[in-house]
Amino acid sequence: MVVGVIYAVLFWTATLVLVLGVANKIRIYAKTPAPLKIPTTPAPVTQSGVFLRMFQEVFFFKSLFRADKLLWVLGMLFHYTMLIIVLRHFRYVQEPVWGVIQFVQPFGIYAGFLFIIGLLGLMARRIFIDRIRYITAPSDIAMLLLLILIGVSGLMMQFVSPTDILMVKAFFRGLITFDWQPLPSDVVLLVHLGLVAALMLIFPISKLLHAPGIFFSPTRNQIDNPREKRHIAPWAAELEKQGKTYLDELD
Amino acid sequence: MAADYDVPKITGEDGIVDIPSLQPDAMKGHGPWVSKPEFQEDMHFPTDFTMPESIENYGDAGTLVENWKERALDKMGDLKGRYRSLQVFLDICVKCGACTDKCHYYIGSSDPKNMPVARQDLLRKVYRRYFTFAGKFFGKIGMPGFVGAAELTEDVVKDWYNYYHQCSQCRRCSVFCPYGIDTAEISMAAREILDHIGMGQKYCTEIMGKLNKIGNNLGLPEAALADTLEGLEEDIFDETGVDVKLPLDKKGSDILLITPSADFFAEPHVDGLMGYAKVLHELGLDWTLSSYASEGANFGMFIGSYENMRKVSLRIRKAAQDLGVKRIVFGECGHAWRVAYSFLNTLAGPFDFLDQNYPVPQHILEITEPALAAGKLNIDKSQNDDKVLTFHDSCNIARGSRMGDKPGGQFVLPRNVIKAVCNNYVDMPADTIHDATYCCGGGGGILTDDLMEIRVKGAQPRMEALKHVTDKHQVTHMAAICAICKSQFTKVVPYYGFTMDMIVSVHQLVSNAIVLKGQLTEEEIEARDAAEEAERIAAKEAREKAAAEKAAKESKDT
Repeated sequence: MVVGVIYAVLFWTATLVLVLGVANKIRIYAKTPAPLKIPTTPAPVTQSGVFLRMFQEVFFFKSLFRADKLLWVLGMLFHYTMLIIVLRHFRYVQEPVWGVIQFVQPFGIYAGFLFIIGLLGLMARRIFIDRIRYITAPSDIAMLLLLILIGVSGLMMQFVSPTDILMVKAFFRGLITFDWQPLPSDVVLLVHLGLVAALMLIFPISKLLHAPGIFFSPTRNQIDNPREKRHIAPWAAELEKQGKTYLDELD
Repeated sequence: MAADYDVPKITGEDGIVDIPSLQPDAMKGHGPWVSKPEFQEDMHFPTDFTMPESIENYGDAGTLVENWKERALDKMGDLKGRYRSLQVFLDICVKCGACTDKCHYYIGSSDPKNMPVARQDLLRKVYRRYFTFAGKFFGKIGMPGFVGAAELTEDVVKDWYNYYHQCSQCRRCSVFCPYGIDTAEISMAAREILDHIGMGQKYCTEIMGKLNKIGNNLGLPEAALADTLEGLEEDIFDETGVDVKLPLDKKGSDILLITPSADFFAEPHVDGLMGYAKVLHELGLDWTLSSYASEGANFGMFIGSYENMRKVSLRIRKAAQDLGVKRIVFGECGHAWRVAYSFLNTLAGPFDFLDQNYPVPQHILEITEPALAAGKLNIDKSQNDDKVLTFHDSCNIARGSRMGDKPGGQFVLPRNVIKAVCNNYVDMPADTIHDATYCCGGGGGILTDDLMEIRVKGAQPRMEALKHVTDKHQVTHMAAICAICKSQFTKVVPYYGFTMDMIVSVHQLVSNAIVLKGQLTEEEIEARDAAEEAERIAAKEAREKAAAEKAAKESKDT
């Protein structure tokens, strides 16, 4: 039961940090003005065009495809297998389990292997390509290791040392209703869950912010219509209103 | 050409440079000349710093403003609160490396700090250390490097000054970044911070000083400008027999033409200016230049200063109002067009006092191209038959603006114009044109002699592509629509074995091919010149005869 309590506190904390941290960052991104029109052109000239551009970036990594085919393959592999794996895990909290979640169950296992292969490929780039090695910080390696270990520990529970899935499910459903439930004290499970909590904790303070951040990237989300529609930030409008040239002259 | 550094070798094989291995610190240096306090003052930047005694002292704490560290961090905090681009871009880079082989300065110099992500990291590591939880935490336990954070030190400032002046803000990296991170935004912010701690760049600041005082980057006063334009009118008349005007400060004109001041004197820019004049004349448009706003370029963008960029832009608004024009048209200038197209309405709008039937502002190509398509200009393409053309897409036009109604019009319009006035045209390899175009190597405040080495090296990708089309497709000339591209190329192509006169303005080609109403044929011009010559000789003889008679009379009198 002690393990259950520790992990319950850990997951509540991690969820709180993840949700509040990301919400806070989104608030900052949203409230910071973009004073100039800077879409990377050619850019869409309508809102629906921007929606399409963003869709292609978010779901197909279009710019990355132009930049680097190998990285695109590894990136697509990693992100989409992760999506399948996350969906698959919904069954540990849902009751009843949705059809789509049941549907992805068999793919989840294969996805686990491909997930690790993708991550190993990304790791290899950081080690073997001199340009990528140069720009890699220890935290970049640490994050890849974290994800690889999450994948390996997950697969170990599938193939090497299974844990009591029903008990795990009861634990997570209990978290939703603030009802303490015990957790199996299998080392592999505890490692797996600990690493996932760590991932949630670092999300709002690391480069993982690229996920919400891309939606706020002015070079991608702006409409190319500066001649048709005047675009002005509040702080710049204030200069105009007061008839001043420099911000430090404002009243 | 002699140079005390290695000029990259070009082969022309496939037109693409192989990505080099890293050579750390290959371009380490003191950076361009630092601006004196007096110029900084005009720009409203702090002046409480000491000019370094020599370039070796650039960035030393003793030369910077007091409390430089706090003030640099304050400025960073201020900027990230006012620019969403900066705030988001500093946070979301995953260091994937997609951009690492995309910068012409990295390709040409092999210095890893010229890889876009590494260039950004020079600023980002300081942001991480002082503005993020991870950086503060690992900084406190003495391991900031674990999360890519670093202390702000003199050496960091020196790197900022050096490497943020090896970025031409061309935005090629932002095309390939999966999140659209634009190094130009980072380097503009870095230069703004440097300006606030006593490390402004002499080139940009002095030029803006001239503009604010006189009206153009060149410091060309009204009288000299009027004189120059008169000379150009005479040149056109001599060449065509047609009285084409280049009006200055003509009140009540329909169109105000804003063009880079290089168009008034530099080659091949000036041939382009004569081209605009001929087109506008032939279309019967009533236009004028302004002496008050005699500059298209806006260096305020290079130094990331919204306030100074706006101050320059407001001159154009004032000139348009004072002259009572209905339209504003821009000449061939890359950065000018980005600021005009993307920012002018923001900085100096709203332009509700102009004719709303036309976009504000317009590019001269948006006038010439439709006119050519509609057959409104009489063209003799054979006048350009001595050339095989290619076209260099200027970075700021390609990736920071548009022409015409459709996205990508900035690639189509200039090519349409060239093809309408020339019989021979070949594009350079696909990976080097359109929005993948390489910067000329001199954009964004780099076009100064004290940065010659990086300018030469940064031109390598374009030179390789050009070599390919000259070797394999008999290209003889490269056309451009940017004053900086034209100046940079004419200076740099000799290092790569080309001749400087192979660089031409797009409107120079139009000027060559256009046949004005009432234009004299070559025979008629010869006949006219012969008649004038005969008249001149006759007058001279008459004068000599009169003088001789006078002398004879005088000698007779004595």
